Amino acid sequence: MAEAINEAIRHEMRRNKDIVLLGQDIGAYGGSFGVYKGLYDEFGPDRVRDGPLCEASTAGWGVGLAISGMPTIVEIEFLDFLTLASDAICNQAAKMRYFFGGQVSVPLILRAPIVNRLGLGAQHSQSLEAWMMHTPGLHVIVPSNAADAKGLLIAAIRDGNPTVFIEHVRLYAAKMPVEEEDHPIPLGKLRVAREGTDATIATYSGMVKPSLEAAAKLAAEGIECEVLDLRTLAPLDREGICASVRKTGRLIVAHEAVKTAGAGAEIAQSAMEGAFDYLQAPIQRVAARDLPIPTGKLQDSVFPGAADVEAAVRTAMA
Amino acid sequence: MTTEPELKTLLGWYGQMWTIRYFEDNAIASFRQGLFTGSTHPCIGQEAIAVGAAAALEPADQVLATYRGHGHAIAKGLEPRSLMAELLCKETGCCGGRGGSMHLCGVDKGFMGTNAIVAAHIPIAAGVALANQLKRNGRVVVVFFGDGATCEGAFFETLNMAVLWKIPLVLVCENNGFAISVPTRTAIPIENISQRADGFGLPGVTVDGNDPALVHGAVAEAVARARRGEGPTLIECKTVRWERHSAISAGKYANEEEAMKWKKADPIPRLEKVLLARGATEAQLQALREKAKAVNDEALAFAIASESPKPATVGDFVYA
Ligand SMILES: Cc1ncc(C[n+]2csc(CCOP(=O)(O)OP(=O)(O)O)c2C)c(N)n1
Ligand SMILES: [Mg+2]
Repeated sequence: MAEAINEAIRHEMRRNKDIVLLGQDIGAYGGSFGVYKGLYDEFGPDRVRDGPLCEASTAGWGVGLAISGMPTIVEIEFLDFLTLASDAICNQAAKMRYFFGGQVSVPLILRAPIVNRLGLGAQHSQSLEAWMMHTPGLHVIVPSNAADAKGLLIAAIRDGNPTVFIEHVRLYAAKMPVEEEDHPIPLGKLRVAREGTDATIATYSGMVKPSLEAAAKLAAEGIECEVLDLRTLAPLDREGICASVRKTGRLIVAHEAVKTAGAGAEIAQSAMEGAFDYLQAPIQRVAARDLPIPTGKLQDSVFPGAADVEAAVRTAMA
Repeated sequence: MTTEPELKTLLGWYGQMWTIRYFEDNAIASFRQGLFTGSTHPCIGQEAIAVGAAAALEPADQVLATYRGHGHAIAKGLEPRSLMAELLCKETGCCGGRGGSMHLCGVDKGFMGTNAIVAAHIPIAAGVALANQLKRNGRVVVVFFGDGATCEGAFFETLNMAVLWKIPLVLVCENNGFAISVPTRTAIPIENISQRADGFGLPGVTVDGNDPALVHGAVAEAVARARRGEGPTLIECKTVRWERHSAISAGKYANEEEAMKWKKADPIPRLEKVLLARGATEAQLQALREKAKAVNDEALAFAIASESPKPATVGDFVYA
């Protein structure tokens, strides 16, 4: 996935000479997770701005560049550090077009990875996508694989709205064939990762793979799960979710973020509003426990896995 | 360093300062009459800064300011009628009635907007300036902010990066003695805020912010420096806020004696004295005052007569 994101950025920077990258460690070093490899050499220090450590103001500078017609990609090294930049994102980027009556647009992308299950503890393990979903004016994108990451990032850059693009450290190294060509993926359209008739598992980012594993296991017993990879949380493909639930009659929502007020609650409510009459069982939520994330072995007691998804499907089927 | 501005120029400034003063008088009165809700943050007593600074700019140069930014918008060329209509949240306002008193914008005039989060616009202004540098378009950005804003991290972070990258940015701190109720001297333990520049490696100057010629001189020099590619300058303009923080703010924090001192610092009669000494006539000054008043009275009438935005349009302008 890291390579696919690199390709997307390179592709767009070649295509649009106004695009600028801002952040720490993005120069010759190539980014903390290698996403920026070779970009500094190709595009130079003007467009690949390796800056000092200051998330809050870097994001603010990005807003200024963006409203000046220069689409800007700001690097946030860990999603956890997005909190430092939250004013620039939530109070500035998300609202500026609105309160200035459409006089400016804010083509700003903040790329940030979820970095969990590495034992880095409470300040380096969070999934904060729901915080961002709660701010009208933003797009929130959560790819689960390399091909989607490339297509969604290209689409987000061209779309021209402030976007939080959430990657996943566990997926960076995952390899798969990726379109060479220009292949933007429309925002707000989920992907059916596996078709099924008995239960819908709606998930995204790092939980897609465990959900597919659970679905494969259940299929061996004749329980056919439909796995939805949501791809974007804002906009959210509510109709796509409901269409699947109308078919299967059951919904399980799975994410690595903590449970309370997580994206899963919103996804579940979408089904309540749009497919209530079709539901045959209470909606199940699979999520991290509502705790700060501990280090060491303890973290395994907090994060959900394939077994939790499987158990949730069984509960819904019971 | 600075050449004395011509009489004609000074007369122009005098007229602009009155335009701003009357605008703010109307803003406060309209608020009290219930013509709009929320609040409004007048810049009465601080007009000389916006006027002197804007006079040092080319039309294509850009300005960002705070919620106390009506004066800066007028000085940068926005029409009082579209500003007053915005305060009254009318569809004819500069932001279609979505922004109100604290969110004003006029991109075509280089007025890149006011902001209601203290200091948040300082990095944004730097980003706009960085865009100018990358586009090599020769434009300079002036960002106005208060004394309180210089206690925020965004100010310090941006100083560091702006000097590092030699951004064409002029930082104008309007030290009006207060951040809401907190006197500057109890929040900032140095004599002059311009001293902050020392540790960051940029020039810092303090000027009397109630003298538009002094403000103009300092800003003109900083703008020239920025245009030469030599980077940012920090200018502290000492001034006085003699209205309350905003129209809804509680509290008295000035005794009579202090209030008298403030009124004495009023930049408008000060400029008037200079003008008369340099040969302007009372009739000339009166004509300028009357024109400023007429423009604002017309602006207010226009705003009152304008329609509110249609409820059906409430969702417009969120996404591009
Ligand atoms: C980040 C933030 N904190 C607090 C406030 C509330 N607030 C609005 S204006 C203000 C005082 C700012 O003082 P100063 O920077 O000196 O500007 P002045 O109002 O004097 O022009 C405060 C605390 C805010 N709007 N934003
Ligand atoms: Mg102040």
